[in-house]
Amino acid sequence: MTLAADRPRSAARSRDRATDHTQVRVKRHTGPKLRTGIQATVIAVWCLLPFYWMVVTSFRDVGFTFDPTPWFTHFTLANYETAFSTALGNHLGRALLNSLIIGGTVTIIALLVGTSAAYALARLEFRGKSLIAGAILAASMFPGVALISPLFQLFTDIGWMGSYQALILPSISFVLPLTVYTLASFFREMPWDLEEAARIDGCTRVQAFRRIILPLAAPAVFTTAILAFISSWNEYLISSQLSSDATQPVTVAIAGFQGSVPHQEPYTAVMAAGTIVTIPLVILVLVFQRRIVAGLTAGGVKG
Amino acid sequence: MSAATEIPAAIPNPTGTEPQKRRKGGLNAEHGRWAVYLIGPTIVLLAIVIGYPVVSAIIQSFQLDQGLDKTTQLFVQGGFAGVTNYVHWLGQQCGNVTCPPGSLGSQFWVSMGNTFFFTVVTVALETVIGVWMAIIMNRDFRGRALVRAAILVPWAIPTAVTAKLWYFIFDANGVLNHVLGQQILWTSGEWASRWAVIIADTWKTTPFMALLILAGLQLIPEEVYEAGKMDGASTVQRFWNITLPLIKPALMVAVLFRVLDALRMYDLPAILTGGGGGSGNATTTLSILVVDQIRQGFNSASALSTITFLVIFIVAFVFVRFLGANVVQTQAAQQKGELK
Repeated sequence: MTLAADRPRSAARSRDRATDHTQVRVKRHTGPKLRTGIQATVIAVWCLLPFYWMVVTSFRDVGFTFDPTPWFTHFTLANYETAFSTALGNHLGRALLNSLIIGGTVTIIALLVGTSAAYALARLEFRGKSLIAGAILAASMFPGVALISPLFQLFTDIGWMGSYQALILPSISFVLPLTVYTLASFFREMPWDLEEAARIDGCTRVQAFRRIILPLAAPAVFTTAILAFISSWNEYLISSQLSSDATQPVTVAIAGFQGSVPHQEPYTAVMAAGTIVTIPLVILVLVFQRRIVAGLTAGGVKG
Repeated sequence: MSAATEIPAAIPNPTGTEPQKRRKGGLNAEHGRWAVYLIGPTIVLLAIVIGYPVVSAIIQSFQLDQGLDKTTQLFVQGGFAGVTNYVHWLGQQCGNVTCPPGSLGSQFWVSMGNTFFFTVVTVALETVIGVWMAIIMNRDFRGRALVRAAILVPWAIPTAVTAKLWYFIFDANGVLNHVLGQQILWTSGEWASRWAVIIADTWKTTPFMALLILAGLQLIPEEVYEAGKMDGASTVQRFWNITLPLIKPALMVAVLFRVLDALRMYDLPAILTGGGGGSGNATTTLSILVVDQIRQGFNSASALSTITFLVIFIVAFVFVRFLGANVVQTQAAQQKGELK
């Protein structure tokens, strides 16, 4: 593979560099500082503006859907009522519950099965390790569409169409690989000296894992669980084909939303539903920001 | 956030595999046994949820579709098809004639073109903007934590919601046309709908790209820049000769991930432009075509999804083999803190 440049430097130092966000950098002059500030503002505004527009519109009277006023006007909560209105055919409450059931089950299965695999990939030396690591990584890049046509036929044959298991099983195909490689890269950075010490003190490998490593690994497992849950929560392609009205998750529900005014795209209600679906994720992301970033980049850059 | 929550990042010096290396022989056998037990369940589960459908799709793709033949209106029983289904897509053959315009069969190469067009344009845009975002976020300024939180927002919003949100922004009477003072038909115009998909996708996924690049940037020691400055390198020179070569491994992996993701794009064009846009297939991707085909015949759909899978596989292979996007090696190098 291409080696871009050599970097003579100690191992510990680079790790500090990579993880310490608060390090003091070289002082800069005011000019560049201002330019950095402006560019940073542009980035933040670009990322937040569409989201802000969704929230503003969700609180706007349906008669003023296309009002371009950039702040809250014609304030109403009616759109949220429409979003949850089963009379109009919007089963958003049920869809939220479905997403929770599917996302929760997939996350739990992926963690139960994937944690031990991640441990093995991070800690053990065995033949074919990089092959298996590569295969699991490749599995996460697998196109969901390649699963759909055979599963569509299979689930029709065995009467599973529209059932929860028909939505949970395919989701495992991308959540499990994600779980394994994110956890594995977290595990590689843990203080395994302690495990050695415990084993010298007479613990078995299993005991050492349970009593020493598992408590230390809890934050990593938790972060991975968030990432796994979000990726399951956001899934649309498979659910849109294999779910029924009773089991459809929020992403599918929002895509087929009905408004209070017939024959008109229910923008304000959709924005309300979108806000409801997004706010928990945004809160989750803001609270666990640093760890989610660590998890994302661990899974991404470090494989 | 408590101190305990930062454990994965805060431990400065994880032990490598040093002690194991000294007594490799005996340990490898023991490790191998453990590995089978520990990884086994994952492999079995993945074989069920991925392996089974893939094999089944390949077998099905060599069978004829049951049901009414679209051209002759006669009932077809199914049975072995040979490569008919593949010829149908690749050669645009419906029965013995060329697929009529408007039929799904005739849209194959258009969809292939759209898929690659979206992939090249979005990934190029996201790479350039992502590098820029990462460089800014790597600087020291007040409110940096705020910006880093802000860029996670587009990433966290489900793609289906993103599509609906931009569908509203892109409405003919929507806020974008209002701001631009234009009457662009973003979701139904031929090229406008393509750009609508590209803009929405860029907004949604650039942050992910920026974070991956940022992780690469943070591994570059300040001293390298200091040395560059002392040697009289300008900001631009420092970027091209120091930053870019050093983040190249992280960048290549990020690009690989995004390319593979973009090649299977479905949610955005399916919801934002109703799966068509323009004259009906301006934004149709391979994934959308597969889904459209499922209800018109499993076996043709299986052939198409197998083709899609192969296309993605070939692109991934080219990346890893010829462009040096070696995920596993980059990972190993970063573990050792010696990103080469």
